[in-house]
Amino acid sequence: MSRLAVTEAELHAHVDSLLPESRRVEVDEYLAAHVEDAQRLRAWREQNQALRVWFDPVLAESLPARLRRPAAGSFMRPVLRHAAVLAWLALGIVAGWYLHDYDMGKSADTTAFAHRAVIAHIVYSPEVRHPVEVGVDQEAHLVAWLSKRIGGNLKVPQLGALGYQLVGGRLLPGSQGPVAQFMFQDGSGQRLTLYVRNGAGDSKETAFRYAQERGVSVFYWIDGRFGYALSGEIDKAQLLHVAKVVYQQLNP
Amino acid sequence: MDGRDPDFVQHIPRLRRYARALTGDRGRADDLVQDTLERALKKFHLWQQGSDLRAWMFTIMHNVYINQVRAGSAAVVTALDDEISQPAIRATQSDRLEILDLQVALLRLPEEQREVLLLIGLEQMTYDEAAGVLGIPIGTVMSRLSRARERLRALLAGGGAQTALKVIK
Repeated sequence: MSRLAVTEAELHAHVDSLLPESRRVEVDEYLAAHVEDAQRLRAWREQNQALRVWFDPVLAESLPARLRRPAAGSFMRPVLRHAAVLAWLALGIVAGWYLHDYDMGKSADTTAFAHRAVIAHIVYSPEVRHPVEVGVDQEAHLVAWLSKRIGGNLKVPQLGALGYQLVGGRLLPGSQGPVAQFMFQDGSGQRLTLYVRNGAGDSKETAFRYAQERGVSVFYWIDGRFGYALSGEIDKAQLLHVAKVVYQQLNP
Repeated sequence: MDGRDPDFVQHIPRLRRYARALTGDRGRADDLVQDTLERALKKFHLWQQGSDLRAWMFTIMHNVYINQVRAGSAAVVTALDDEISQPAIRATQSDRLEILDLQVALLRLPEEQREVLLLIGLEQMTYDEAAGVLGIPIGTVMSRLSRARERLRALLAGGGAQTALKVIK
């Protein structure tokens, strides 16, 4: 009989159930006579099984909001309907992240700032075990530490009346130096982050600006030396309400 | 819905599973999925009605991932070629190092081998499909698959003679 030699590719195809039935019998005969190859096949098959055991649970996980919300909105709808979102994304990509802030005007700088705030929100707000570096139990230390690091007297707004309690804060690298992030949480676990940088310029501009990116809403404004960005996965009106309270408390 | 809308949503869990195994990091994996979805949305007019949407989305994810790796936008494990010896790993607890963690072992594979292994072993694509997603000839798929499986086998066995991985007792 002129039986073809078994190739390495066929051994893999056997493991992956991609071998035609007729050939499978022949390869099985080959394996019966070649112990080492049979062992390799067994190991490969175990790898496939191990991959499924390890990673199939991901299929059952509930989707994080940032993947769910765009899916429910922009991904299910015609593109034009979300032109604003796309425009923002395009702007964020072009202006915010890859290019150097200092090459651009003020508005690009603040846009980049808001973008960074959103990224920081996305990174830290889902954290279960380590959402902050310093917790609210050490609030005085937290404020003193962050004030020292970003170089200015920081104040933390009290948002208890709105249902949000301070969780704590952390120090982050900004585009031009250290940045502070404070995190607040309501009874349902909804989190807001307030991102603060020093050296926002001497702008007298205090207008609130709004952006939405990756399902996160952000209001940002400049107040004296500080730039602020309040981010949350809540709707614009609710976030604006909180932003106004923050602004008022910081400007008594 | 007018029937032209992308049915992306049903593929998200599989994209996440693949991305998780590929990156070894939940946040980075979801970033990758999100970037993929955004790009898929922008490029949706290029998708050919009736063709395999899953393969198309995995192709986009591959391109996004490769761009990220090339840009060095994240701490990506350096692809170590088979010929390059790996640094010895010092056993910390037991006297014999065993890489029981499949994720750790996966991350020791070069990106290109890891992708092939996962598309076939985890995502259960055919060799043709994997070649299409990765934009490489099927022969390259087979050689990468073979190297990936053998290296993973050695890694999971605790560093066999097949690799340069050394175990320090």
